[in-house]
Amino acid sequence: MSTESIAAPRSNSAQSPKYKRSKGNNSSFEMAAWLFMRLSGVVLIVLIFGHLFVNLMLGDGIHAVDFGFVAGKWASPFWQIWDLVMLWLAILHGTNGVRTIINDYAERSGTRMTLKTVLYVASGVIVVLGTLVIFTFDPCPPGAVIDLPSFCPVP
Amino acid sequence: MSTVETELPEPASKIELPAHLGGGGEIPTFDVTLKVRRYDPEFSEESKWEEFTMTMYGTDRVLDALHKVKWEQDGSLSFRRSCAHGVCGSDAMRINGRNRLACKTLLKDLDTSKPITVEPIKGLPVEKDLIVDMEPFFQSFREVMPFLVNRGHEPSKERLQSAEDRERFDDTTKCILCAACTSSCPVFWTDGQYFGPAAIVNAHRFIFDSRDDAGDMRLEILNDKEGVWRCRTTFNCSEACPRGIQVTQAIAEVKQAILSRQI
Repeated sequence: MSTESIAAPRSNSAQSPKYKRSKGNNSSFEMAAWLFMRLSGVVLIVLIFGHLFVNLMLGDGIHAVDFGFVAGKWASPFWQIWDLVMLWLAILHGTNGVRTIINDYAERSGTRMTLKTVLYVASGVIVVLGTLVIFTFDPCPPGAVIDLPSFCPVP
Repeated sequence: MSTVETELPEPASKIELPAHLGGGGEIPTFDVTLKVRRYDPEFSEESKWEEFTMTMYGTDRVLDALHKVKWEQDGSLSFRRSCAHGVCGSDAMRINGRNRLACKTLLKDLDTSKPITVEPIKGLPVEKDLIVDMEPFFQSFREVMPFLVNRGHEPSKERLQSAEDRERFDDTTKCILCAACTSSCPVFWTDGQYFGPAAIVNAHRFIFDSRDDAGDMRLEILNDKEGVWRCRTTFNCSEACPRGIQVTQAIAEVKQAILSRQI
């Protein structure tokens, strides 16, 4: 006979988890989230590998990537939309993934709430900030004199 | 009136084996050590490992070893078993870290050079030793309405069904409600609110039954926050099922049915 220190089992006492499933709220949110993960995943494969190919393989490849390269890409509405869709899908896909991980692993509802709040705030900030940058990006801001890229009109 | 009075005893075998082949059915024996996780709340809130060593035969199962312990070494060892032949689903336990039926696991198939660990199934409250409280498990099972619902007229004879229609849900009729699948699911382990593979398998059995009329209600129940969408397809359940039910596939089919019903 040997003994060693192991965690006490979940006995049928006060702290044991009681079955307390709330009655159906008739929402299909979980289904929509599940479907979104699959669809956004497929679209992201195309968007991300397209992004990598255009930036790193075409032309001079990785050596061409600099401030001017990004400015040139965002001058075209095509790449603005491409990057916008990529940003939104990637952040929402990642957020939903972390949300399910929190749901699976956080045992106390307080921890769950806190973690999810942090997650939603972080994703919200990134999405808003990213969208703002894509649409308001100006490589040659008026009034700036130093450190302007070479293609800007000389004031 | 004198016939031969001496009756020859029945030969041991109708087939005479030549001596050089040796005695036919000699069953090999070996020593095994069972390492059982004991828990008795009447004496201690702590659970502990206890080892038992005994000589067993090559035809013995883990359940036979548990019986030997209970009958010859320590009568206080508690575990559930009824039929002992893999049909009643009473003796699901965690053997060497995997959920199996003790009555279907041969000792010779395990590594007998090391102690064989035997624990209660995870995620359900332990009552004593290997016995767990199955109530949360059966509550989920009851919630999916695991019975035939038919709104038509009561037929005067049996409800007929084509062989193809019966084949559709054949796999999920095999469930014996042993809880090996649900208690192997990591999503169920966290808070025990997930319906669990077994309840979904038993819903599947009626959802895809052509004679049943309550499929929509069951799909609505499983579209819950704690329903099929919590499945992460880790395949623990399919691996644990002692009846070889393709549990993860059944869950995927229910997901598909909910999707196609909504869209």
